[in-house]
Amino acid sequence: MQRIGVFICWCGSNIAATVDVKKVAEAALNEPGVVFSADYQYMCSQSGQQLMKDAIKEKGLTGIVVCSCSPRMHETTFRKAAESCGINPYMVEIANIREHCSWIHKDIKEATEKAIILMRTAVAKVNLDNSLTAGTSDVVKRALVIGGGIAGIQSALDIAEAGYEVDIVEKAPTIGGKMAQLDKTFPTLDCAACILTPKMVEAASNEKIKIYSFSEVESVKGFVGNFTAKIKKKARFVDENLCTGCGLCTEKCPSRKTPNEFNRGMNTRSAVYIPFAQAVPKLAIIDPTACLHFKTGKCGLCERNCSAKAIKFDQQDEYIEQKYGAIVVATGFDTIKLDNFGEYGYNENPDVITSLELERLMNAAGPTGGVLLRPSDKQHPKKIVFVQCVGSRGLRPCDKPYCSKICCMYTAKHSMLIREKYPDTEVTVFYIDVRTPGKNFDEFYRRAVEQYGVNYIKGQVGKVVENDGKLTVYGSDLLMNEQVVIDADLVVLATAIEPDKTAKSVATMLTASIDTNNFFTEAHPKLRPVESPTAGVFLSGVCQGPKDIPETVAQASAAAVKVVGLLSKDKLTCNPCVAHSDEMLCNGCSSCEKVCPYGAITYINKEVNDHGKREVRRLASVNEAVCQGCGACTVACPSGAMDLKGFTNKQIMAEVDAICK
Amino acid sequence: MQVENGQFKPTIVAFCCNWCSYAGADLAGTGRMQYPAEVKIIRVPCSCRVNPMFILRAFQRGADGVILCGCHPGDCHYTTGNYYARRRMTMLFDFLDYLGIEKERTRVEWVSAAEGARFASVMNDFVKKVTELGPNKRITDLRCKPEKEGE
Repeated sequence: MQRIGVFICWCGSNIAATVDVKKVAEAALNEPGVVFSADYQYMCSQSGQQLMKDAIKEKGLTGIVVCSCSPRMHETTFRKAAESCGINPYMVEIANIREHCSWIHKDIKEATEKAIILMRTAVAKVNLDNSLTAGTSDVVKRALVIGGGIAGIQSALDIAEAGYEVDIVEKAPTIGGKMAQLDKTFPTLDCAACILTPKMVEAASNEKIKIYSFSEVESVKGFVGNFTAKIKKKARFVDENLCTGCGLCTEKCPSRKTPNEFNRGMNTRSAVYIPFAQAVPKLAIIDPTACLHFKTGKCGLCERNCSAKAIKFDQQDEYIEQKYGAIVVATGFDTIKLDNFGEYGYNENPDVITSLELERLMNAAGPTGGVLLRPSDKQHPKKIVFVQCVGSRGLRPCDKPYCSKICCMYTAKHSMLIREKYPDTEVTVFYIDVRTPGKNFDEFYRRAVEQYGVNYIKGQVGKVVENDGKLTVYGSDLLMNEQVVIDADLVVLATAIEPDKTAKSVATMLTASIDTNNFFTEAHPKLRPVESPTAGVFLSGVCQGPKDIPETVAQASAAAVKVVGLLSKDKLTCNPCVAHSDEMLCNGCSSCEKVCPYGAITYINKEVNDHGKREVRRLASVNEAVCQGCGACTVACPSGAMDLKGFTNKQIMAEVDAICK
Repeated sequence: MQVENGQFKPTIVAFCCNWCSYAGADLAGTGRMQYPAEVKIIRVPCSCRVNPMFILRAFQRGADGVILCGCHPGDCHYTTGNYYARRRMTMLFDFLDYLGIEKERTRVEWVSAAEGARFASVMNDFVKKVTELGPNKRITDLRCKPEKEGE
């Protein structure tokens, strides 16, 4: 028989305000096996843990129930405390009477009754708990970074700095991501290329970092410390080892009508192209959908002109399999499509552009060489209207419910830069709220208003109408309580950002979770913000939620630290809650093997002694290092031989009984 | 089943997978989203850990409704566990319906770790439906029940 101690936490008033903790402690003493119960203000605190440790020693406890917050919060804390007193950590169970009880119920009687039932359920489980010993597994000392934007680059650099090998897999032909497309950055106004491109070069020249550009992760198998990724290196039809990036092929290419992705389609590029001048790796790539050789079989000008003989029209996709100990997700973002936002006339009118397109128009390496010319007639726009929250903070199905976070600041930046460079330009900004929390952010925004005379109007834009090449913006001014109609030469939309379209498939591949907006979910929103709930998978940058560059870099470094912490270990403790087969019950039917997603079950021929009858039988055998403890096999097993340690059939039945009592 | 002031209070067992739904329930708590106290959660590693026997046991012991929550299809932490759960439960619930345990008393729902509000609304709805049906008497094994005073 167990000697169980039950500890009820008040959690200050979080629990104690709705649950009568004394009553729960009293009721605990009536439960089978319970020899001690106590309540305390903060069980997780040093003195709370001490209370538990003292009781373990004094009362000779063998099992512990803590009625407190979610086990996802403090299960490890209490298990460690118990372990320090010689109790097996898996003899500790948590009754979640905060998140699942006190926080969601208002009636004290009702909540107390429920808390008692939850306590009783946990006691029932502890009564059937067994000591479990965790095995260990090796750690592959190499990290994979998915995405080569500023987040991925920073994470990779920091991991490499600590001495570990890192591979960056980037789906585009160059690393750099969205930041490479930016002109200047707020609030310092330094040029994005000047601060990003040195990092790109650093990543490329670091011997610990390998960059797979124009590549995608096809599949990931395994678990923390021991992932196997299959990387698809898409054919670029240019030999990476031979191409010098001279660019002669791009000059000779006769097919020059493809929208240039790097300039957001605001000019065109050739079929064989180098994404941009500072691309890393600086290699040409052929777009087979535009290339005349692929379309007609003729041409081949690039091949004839390449002195390095790097053009390889017959290049095939290549697959690489590599083992990793940790994975960093840095898949970033894109701006939303504006097809459902007809009121702004974005698809109809070339002079209605997104902010990212404006970045390219302002950039010295952009389609206009940095001269602000409106797309339709290449004239200087004299009146520019910025519209904030296009697709952000909205309630319509096409809207995103969240704030995209960066738009207020980049719009202040744009309007400031335009007023600085072209003082005769009138700049108006329509906004819902101006949100500028951040170091030197509000000062920056106030400079736009006070020093640069940008006209901020609180209100939304209803529609943008074109008449004889002139744009008219219809909006409202909420402070003046009136409708405003403004002529404009150029309208710039602060388009909402959303996770990159690959986020969902990457999440599925890694079994990491994403939220309803496809942002990756953190293991804990406050205390574990760079870890995903899946062990060994870490989050870096906007894939987790909207962020500006400083925040992205900070998070990227934080993710790198977590990776380094993991890779610095030689062995990892495995989850001891794994499947186990009872040899006397197993009939070797293979049902369990078929449902195991990890291939952890094999069959062995073993001699058994069944009530004095000795015979060799075919038996299921679980590889404990590979089993992840999902329990699929336990249900598939027709003979009841397969069970899951820590969540045994008997334990769950006992929990059911305790609830239905 | 419980009767309080003449009002029927169902006993509801909710199996929640550790990775999505249990975390979703935690989030409902963090967001102080109310749902009836009749719901009691049992944490399992994955929805595929739930043996049909557990559900039968719950009904035998007097549960009025059983709900199984897991990760959304495609999002299972163990890749395919929720698909197994879905298939098994489709079979089981049909069978239970045949035995007289109405389909409204059993349910499979997908709740992600980010869907606290959804968890609360699913539970509110489920408890409402089960309350409308009244007590489960069909396969309750009265021998499992301790005799109460006055009964």
